[in-house]
Amino acid sequence: MLYRENGQFKTSYRADQQIFPVLQDRVAMLGLLAIAFIVLPLAAPEYLFRAILIPFLILSLAALGLNILVGYCGQISLGTGAFMAVGAYAAYNFQVRIPGMPLIASLLLGGLCATAVGVLFGIPSLRIKGLYLAVATLAAQFFTDWAFLRISWFTNNSSSGSVSVSGLNVMGLSVESPVSRYLLCLGFVCVFALLAKNLVRSSIGREWMAMRDMDVAAAVIGIRPMYAKLTAFAVSSFIVGVAGALWGFVHLGAWEPAAFNIDRSFQLLFMVIIGGLGSISGSFIGAAFIILLPLLLNQVPMWFGIPLSTALASHLESMIFGALIVFFLIVEPHGLARLWSTAREKLRLWPFPH
Amino acid sequence: MKFKSFAQVAAIAAVGWSGLLAAPAALAQAKEQFFPLLVYRTGAYAPNGTPWANGKQDYIKMINARDGGINGVKLTFEECETGYATDRGVECYERLKGRAGAALIDPQATGITFALTDKVPNDKIPLITLGYGLAASQDGGVFKWNFPLMGSYWTAADILIQHIGKKEGGLDKLKGKKIALVYHDSPFGKEPIPLLEERAKTHGFELSKIPVTAPGVEQKSAWLQVRQQRPDYVLLWGWGVMNSTALKEAIATGYPREKMYGVWWAGAEPDVKDVGDAAKGYNALALNTSGQQPKVIQDILKYVHDKGQGSGPKDEVGSVLYTRGLIIQMLGVEAVRRAQERYGRGKVMTGEQVRWGLENLSLDQKKLDALGFAGVMRPVSTSCLDHMGTTWTRVHTWDGSKWNFSSDWYQADEQIIKPMVKAAADKYASDKKLTRRTPEDCQS
Repeated sequence: MLYRENGQFKTSYRADQQIFPVLQDRVAMLGLLAIAFIVLPLAAPEYLFRAILIPFLILSLAALGLNILVGYCGQISLGTGAFMAVGAYAAYNFQVRIPGMPLIASLLLGGLCATAVGVLFGIPSLRIKGLYLAVATLAAQFFTDWAFLRISWFTNNSSSGSVSVSGLNVMGLSVESPVSRYLLCLGFVCVFALLAKNLVRSSIGREWMAMRDMDVAAAVIGIRPMYAKLTAFAVSSFIVGVAGALWGFVHLGAWEPAAFNIDRSFQLLFMVIIGGLGSISGSFIGAAFIILLPLLLNQVPMWFGIPLSTALASHLESMIFGALIVFFLIVEPHGLARLWSTAREKLRLWPFPH
Repeated sequence: MKFKSFAQVAAIAAVGWSGLLAAPAALAQAKEQFFPLLVYRTGAYAPNGTPWANGKQDYIKMINARDGGINGVKLTFEECETGYATDRGVECYERLKGRAGAALIDPQATGITFALTDKVPNDKIPLITLGYGLAASQDGGVFKWNFPLMGSYWTAADILIQHIGKKEGGLDKLKGKKIALVYHDSPFGKEPIPLLEERAKTHGFELSKIPVTAPGVEQKSAWLQVRQQRPDYVLLWGWGVMNSTALKEAIATGYPREKMYGVWWAGAEPDVKDVGDAAKGYNALALNTSGQQPKVIQDILKYVHDKGQGSGPKDEVGSVLYTRGLIIQMLGVEAVRRAQERYGRGKVMTGEQVRWGLENLSLDQKKLDALGFAGVMRPVSTSCLDHMGTTWTRVHTWDGSKWNFSSDWYQADEQIIKPMVKAAADKYASDKKLTRRTPEDCQS
């Protein structure tokens, strides 16, 4: 009833091609942004920022980056944790070795270093496909694990191998408080989500999708496979690298290579698969599912005052979480984002479905 | 999906979300001192994390049942499962730190300690890391909120080298010897390296560093290196499944267990139980005794386990790590008691007040005896500049069925540790642009 586009006429190509062609979507998106930028910083408690929103935003960003590679270009990657690590450690080195380096610049330079590494490890994708490529990208994971553990230059010769940053500020404004950290992450996520959305709607995004759907046919119609695949690797690992730098700098503050281990790569891949391959919003929904649900399940027995032992609660968390993954993959193999778009289709016809 | 069920899903999601919001606000009663317990009862480190966590929990239950709390202030606790993972640990810390009357944090993991070290000064909650954590944080002049009570990895490594030197008949006899450090490849395992390198330079022994990828279930290549290099001694810096795996690999390689020395985290029952007789002769540092004789353990059996309130199996009460959990919790409770002496008996202490209590702990032998810890540990007395309190420790050896002490008490060599701690703390301070605490700050 409310969600209906009757009477919304497009009189220009510009209006027809905008990201949210339906007025209600635009209003909803603006409302969401207003909540995220204005209401939450005013109202939410510290725990919500530090333990839920910040990790959610950063991993959404990483999932977004991975979705470009896996969802849009069809190149399965298990090296996401590695590219995050490269971003984090590169940003760390820029921050400690160059005095007076602005925070944003180090984060972006960290992303650029991840881009270089991503393209390097993307080269095998020109020859190998599918699961074999996934195995090849595993090499990135093991290589970076090894490099950041063993080459002490990367960790600024820290004796314990753990690095830490503090006293972060953006143009003189301190980003130590949870709200300012949250706003910094939110800013990055919004800018990158907008960029990503526009990239996938542009010619390069169509090249990626053509490559994903059938690479031989794409090559026949004049799309250069090398260019398309490597740009996907580059854009993806840039975003993932920035997310990694944010994870280290803003969320953890001090980290070791274990923060970006193979589990992280799998976690991100699951986010993308469950959230929805080839969908920007899917990255966010997937991240929410993977990050928030375990925390929620972990706390449920406590609210109801059910005396569960910590170990049992933790095992239950894994079991229910696993069962839900299977459930959602059976109900909707295209991911949670597809559920949302199906719901939207129904809403447009409601209450008189035909 | 039909609209109706979609609406249901949305409603459930909304309820869940609001629950997530409401969670930290719960439990705001007065007169209760809250102890957040970060634990790991699942995962690769669970065999060792569980008795530790049980010890901490049982001590709180015992104090409530026997004494009715600290001067009438009841103790409460809540556990949060970290799985030894840093990000989960940070989440647990954020979840529990804001509770009313939260006293202190014991993260039970060096990785989590590193992440929290920068956070605790802002949140004004002390971080106790008994026998682990950041070695430099012994220097209370820079690390105001960290308390590596009773030892760090530097004191541990130092004492092991002293012990090996004594075995050889003098530290000068170490010249030309080869000592291998088989370590968990994480900040935990890497912490002792600077000290061992320093000692290697002074005494002229060769240090070979053999990393084991976490969690340490696959160690074939590490022990191949041991076999090739044939070191005179192996120092084992492991935790969780890594320890028993290392012992099994040592047996497979034929490396004598008598020449192996573990840190105090590699010298508990879960590490050797599976290996049993074959681990006979394996040595490790011991911060505390094991066994059910001490009075405090008798009290726990009486007030907690006999009433069916025990946190774990009764026969594990008094194991090495269980007793260590007791000590950690006892020091926390005593810090609260000490703080109450200054800030008001029978009141709930804030994190800042507990910090003062931790900094002014003075548990002499008489007090330890009264607490039921006679013989379990040595007296602890902290100060503004020394957040460790004591470094005394012994070596114990596995005889196939239990741990027996096999050395006298050792103390870390101040002359080596002190300058290293100062240098490391100063470096930390300059990296973080901190200034040392003034003498006035020390008084407060």
